[in-house]
Amino acid sequence: MGYVAIKGGADAINGAERAMEILRTAEGEQGEPLTLSAIEHQLRLLTSRVVSEGGLYHPKLAALAIKQAQGDTLEAAFALRAYRSTKPRLLETPPQDTRKMRLIRRISSAFKDIPGGQMLGPTFDYALRLMRLDLATERPEDFRKIAGSFLARSPNAPVADSFPKVVDTLRAEGLLPPLHSRQCDPFDVTREPLVFPVPRSAALATMARAETGSLLAIAYSSMRGYGDIHPTIAELRVGYLPIELPHPVTGEMTEAGEVLVTECEVVAMYEADSAGKRPTFTLGYGACFGHNEVKAISMAILDRSLQKGMADGPANPSEDPEFVLLHVDGVDAMGFASHYKMPHYVTFQSDMDRLRTTQKAHDQALEPSPHQTERAAQ
Amino acid sequence: MNSSYELPLDEADYNFGFLDEYAKREIRRAILKSICIPGYQTPYASREMPMGRGFGTGGLQLTLSLAGPDDVLKVIDQGSDDSVNAVNLRQFVSLTCPGLTTTTHTSDATIIQSRHRIPEQPLNESQVLVLQVPYPDALVVVEPSEARRKAMHGEGDYSRLLTKLYEDIVKFREITISHRYPTRINGHYVIDPSPIPRYDVPQLNQSPALTLFGAGREKKIYAVPPYTNATPLAFDDVPFRTEDFHDDRGERIACARCGSTRSFLDELPLADGSKRWQCSDTDYCDQQLQLKSGTLTGARQ
Repeated sequence: MGYVAIKGGADAINGAERAMEILRTAEGEQGEPLTLSAIEHQLRLLTSRVVSEGGLYHPKLAALAIKQAQGDTLEAAFALRAYRSTKPRLLETPPQDTRKMRLIRRISSAFKDIPGGQMLGPTFDYALRLMRLDLATERPEDFRKIAGSFLARSPNAPVADSFPKVVDTLRAEGLLPPLHSRQCDPFDVTREPLVFPVPRSAALATMARAETGSLLAIAYSSMRGYGDIHPTIAELRVGYLPIELPHPVTGEMTEAGEVLVTECEVVAMYEADSAGKRPTFTLGYGACFGHNEVKAISMAILDRSLQKGMADGPANPSEDPEFVLLHVDGVDAMGFASHYKMPHYVTFQSDMDRLRTTQKAHDQALEPSPHQTERAAQ
Repeated sequence: MNSSYELPLDEADYNFGFLDEYAKREIRRAILKSICIPGYQTPYASREMPMGRGFGTGGLQLTLSLAGPDDVLKVIDQGSDDSVNAVNLRQFVSLTCPGLTTTTHTSDATIIQSRHRIPEQPLNESQVLVLQVPYPDALVVVEPSEARRKAMHGEGDYSRLLTKLYEDIVKFREITISHRYPTRINGHYVIDPSPIPRYDVPQLNQSPALTLFGAGREKKIYAVPPYTNATPLAFDDVPFRTEDFHDDRGERIACARCGSTRSFLDELPLADGSKRWQCSDTDYCDQQLQLKSGTLTGARQ
């Protein structure tokens, strides 16, 4: 019989789980389970991506998510997000001062030298992308050797605790508009739905946990010409940001820990101001958990393009808040793409019904009517 | 990155119904608002669930915020209780709602969560039907911007939707909308009734049961309250039509399993090129079989 009744859904689901599990562990006798520490440290950029897209700063949980998702960033971020969503919101984080970041890297492409100095730090930017075959046979001793030689070559001079920001210099000179104090409470995208128009804080919060590739694609469209932001990176910094929260008893601001953050500020060209104000450069801001420079830069560019769209109406997709903010969430997008794999028997039955009826109407219209046949016979 | 972060080892306990009470309260408020304004899409802060967006997370959040330990839940997908997605959702609700019982019998359920179908058996006043929604807005076929659609709904401006139906007739001599058929609720808002077939749309009209629609990814909840008018869009001279299950000789096709000629059918292509037709609603089909063999128990007759 060609048809098997669709029964045993539960068995199939259990079977799928077992099949995933055997593939995860099928490395053979030499196979060693990945430790969370190895994922967190050796795959630090992957972990970064997952904490940022998952919207929860917990590197160890992120490492676990990566392990159980077998390296799928969308799935791993999703697991972290679902875990996070069961947690009540205890308080609103006050704005944190990124000047206090313990930096591991900091550059500006606007000036040759900046107060506090350029600090290239860990980056692939100038690395030659050649295959490093020596890594294929690496052993724990090699790790120790690398650490030893790194420490031996580190300069003794202490690194400053905090660095001034390049945008502060531009602001002092009047090239950027003065900083406005916060006008309204920040929009919490985890507790409120986006109903357009939305404030800039909603856009920033949405992009901070957006999927890296999606942000990059839309920002890239702006860079290529579907938009005209003309960005210059005033400052890109990566480091550990101390998180200060009000003390539960005294209310005094107290450091609760630190999170690895990437922050990017782009300066964009000035625009004519209809109110006749003094022209200044404009600013785009990007920040995300973890070390993810492409994401922070893309976000900064989109922040600027969205501000333009919010003010003048969107002229390009990258300037349209609805278009950008409703399409950059990885969890939403991957979920919906995956849902097409679910049964659609009923809707497809309806589709076939419409097509068959339409085809019938089409065929009947093509058949010569009795009237036309008479005319032809005459 | 930060080795000081420890794994949360005390997290095995989830709240009853998975969602925290703040989330449930918000969803219940959105449900009340939706009932008060029939057909209005109430925005809410949809939470991430541990299953894919698009797999029924909107319906699931409705079910979880409504369910108590005394409830009897039925979950179907494509009319079937045993479809993989239905099994998955049912298992998850059972896991997170201790005490709640599940059933496959439409008449026994207090909450019925469904994707793509309304059960064949008419529902009653003590039942709530929760439908999973991928696209909450009927206007999306004519207007991509949510902000503009919101204004159109507010103004009751459905002219572009009606124009689309008219253009369909001009181009194809038929309205081509197969499922998700735009339906006017209580004389005002036009809703997307979720991807149910046109066959199921009349069931919404003046239904004694409350019907709730949950779109998790799109963060909207809307409702057709009990005993409310639900009218599919049509023209005076082109009436609304449901799926046709007549063969070439004009005879109503019967279910190959139970013989019913009054149900929505699944069409199954066979290896020899022929077709087999069978009830999409598996509980209904089983019930017809039992009626035939006389084994249906009194309570459910």
